Amino acid sequence: MSVLVDTNTRVLVQGMGKTGRFHTDTALAYGTNMVGAVHPSKAGTVEHFEGETDHSGVQGRADTYSADLPIFRSVAEAADATQANASVIYVPPPFAADAIMEAAAAGIELIICITEGIPVADMVIAKRYLEDKDVRLVGPNCPGVITPQQCKIGIMPGYIHQPGKIGVVSRSGTLTYEAVFQLTNNGLGQTTAIGIGGDPVNGTNFVDCLKLFNEDPATEGVIMIGEIGGTAEEEAAEWIAANMTKPVAGFIAGTTAPPGKRMGHAGAIISGGKGTASDKIAALNAAGVVVAPTPTDMGTAMLEALG
Amino acid sequence: MKIHEYQAKQLMKARGIAVPSGRVATTVAQAVAAVRPLIEDSGNPVVVVKSQIHAGGRGKGRFKEHPDLGGVTVVLAGIDGGVGAAEEAVKELAEKMIGSTLVTIQTGPEGKQVNRLYIEQGVDIETELYLSVVLDRALSRNVLMVSTEGGTEIEEVAEHTPEKILKATIDPAIGLANFQAADLAYGLGLEGTAFKNAVGFMKALTAAAAELDTDLLEINPLVVTKDGNVMALDGKMSFDSNAMFRHPHIAEMRDDSEEDPAELEASEHDLSFIKLDGTIGCMVNGAGLAMSTMDIIKYVGGEPANFLDVGGGATADKVTAAFKIITKDPAVKGIFVNIFGGIMKCDTIANGVVQAVKDVGLQVPLVVRLEGTNVELGKQIIDESGLNVVSASDMKDGAQKIVELTK
Repeated sequence: MSVLVDTNTRVLVQGMGKTGRFHTDTALAYGTNMVGAVHPSKAGTVEHFEGETDHSGVQGRADTYSADLPIFRSVAEAADATQANASVIYVPPPFAADAIMEAAAAGIELIICITEGIPVADMVIAKRYLEDKDVRLVGPNCPGVITPQQCKIGIMPGYIHQPGKIGVVSRSGTLTYEAVFQLTNNGLGQTTAIGIGGDPVNGTNFVDCLKLFNEDPATEGVIMIGEIGGTAEEEAAEWIAANMTKPVAGFIAGTTAPPGKRMGHAGAIISGGKGTASDKIAALNAAGVVVAPTPTDMGTAMLEALG
Repeated sequence: MKIHEYQAKQLMKARGIAVPSGRVATTVAQAVAAVRPLIEDSGNPVVVVKSQIHAGGRGKGRFKEHPDLGGVTVVLAGIDGGVGAAEEAVKELAEKMIGSTLVTIQTGPEGKQVNRLYIEQGVDIETELYLSVVLDRALSRNVLMVSTEGGTEIEEVAEHTPEKILKATIDPAIGLANFQAADLAYGLGLEGTAFKNAVGFMKALTAAAAELDTDLLEINPLVVTKDGNVMALDGKMSFDSNAMFRHPHIAEMRDDSEEDPAELEASEHDLSFIKLDGTIGCMVNGAGLAMSTMDIIKYVGGEPANFLDVGGGATADKVTAAFKIITKDPAVKGIFVNIFGGIMKCDTIANGVVQAVKDVGLQVPLVVRLEGTNVELGKQIIDESGLNVVSASDMKDGAQKIVELTK
């Protein structure tokens, strides 16, 4: 079992430029069921992929893969032709929020937006548009979602993952890899790893992911990786204290970050005295979460939380 | 991205938002020349001389060179002495202020050099209010916040008397509805002309925030004059840097002299860099990992000299540029390179580091921790380079080693 994505996920790519092509290729090598792409200027053509299989993906696969993905003008046409139920967005920032809305309008259930640098105002509008629709948005500005050996959607390196029992949810890309790798090395593995992204306005949040993992029978514990800025971690802590039935470990980045400075991610900023790491760590501790003192200790913190 | 008060007021004025008249001056002569037209047009003999720097607390701030002089000073000489006396007083102030260093609670002890003054008409203030448009992250919407406690830090109001802050959530599809503005104006205790003007002000301001992609638009104080006008006496605007592609005229307003030179250089190479006060330079991929690299250095007893995220798709050239920026800082006593290669391959990083060391030399200890894609290849490149580089097995090990080496 897993959450959000598995072998039944049929993935469409929005934006088959250089970046989109590169990550489509690694997804195919991993064994993800990629079904087509949307790129208006290449509509009607077919994009060919082939190479050596990434054997950290599904076991027992052939050593090589080969795929021809049809390119469509719009998400609606693509969804109609391919029966895609998920979409991954690599569209450049000025057009990415529109791409999210287009995917939602076409009835795509799971939209994963990798694009970094989308204007906040565009995301405010896109979220307003999604409000009354039955869709889930993950991101933007995130590494994506992976269920080891089943489905990899996004830019994370596949080989560091291993099927297992821990749900991973994170605001930061490379810190997710750090956590995943430690969980692979200490044998716990992952059910699904979700990058929710580092922007101030995003789709799926910590609480959404905690709910999913709490209900997933295969997930035995969760590690959540937060950072300074906003109050999403505090809200998660409140939810954990009231509802979570599984052990949770955590880490918060930015203990030493100076106030008023944007630490790379648009959302990682301490403003008006709010969003400090110490507030977040205190809230998580109070909810019974084992918070790792450094990123190197994330795997150990998870073991400790599991008891 | 931040702009100066005078620029914010130009943008507001162009959008029908009431601001006092004013003129910007970079020389004493310009400052003096501004006085007569301001007094004659407004009919008010008072003018205000305001230092233009990107930091708050200017009124209470003091100049290093003139410890009795505030960064914002009201000139009353015109009341009895007429325009000539006001001009004389402004001349004296401008001579002291331009080129001097203003220290406020937000500049840090080093202060900021004042290169521009804004000479503004005096306003007969009845009441001072607070108003801002900011993103509420929990709601994913902008909110308009108002308070009767103008002129004070809003964080203080929020902490001690939160009931004095009124809010309206702005629907991006509708903007601020008339009834919402009216509710807030009523809540501020306004009546008659002032009520009507406040409603118009709020609607124009929230529209401007949406049009200009501000991430903060703060008017503190917003003043009601004795004749019922509602005006922005101060204006702080900062913008969503991700949206600057659609506002080239605002991007041009950026004042490079307000930015840290190293941060400017980094942004030219598309690197995310923030200068800090410590001694250990960091080069990391990914914002979260870069932040926690700073944290772990502190955790093991060191002090980070910077935040530096080389990004996901860095090339060897970008790594070289990053390395040069770090080594330029004379405070740096050691460097810690911490990479978890995903898209970015460890051999790319290794090549960049080797190239950079060859280009600029290496005067301080260097610890490199590589993990992820092509890690063996990366380590091999470092090992075979003949450089004096210490390898680390994980992040904590690396942090401990660099702190030890710089003691």
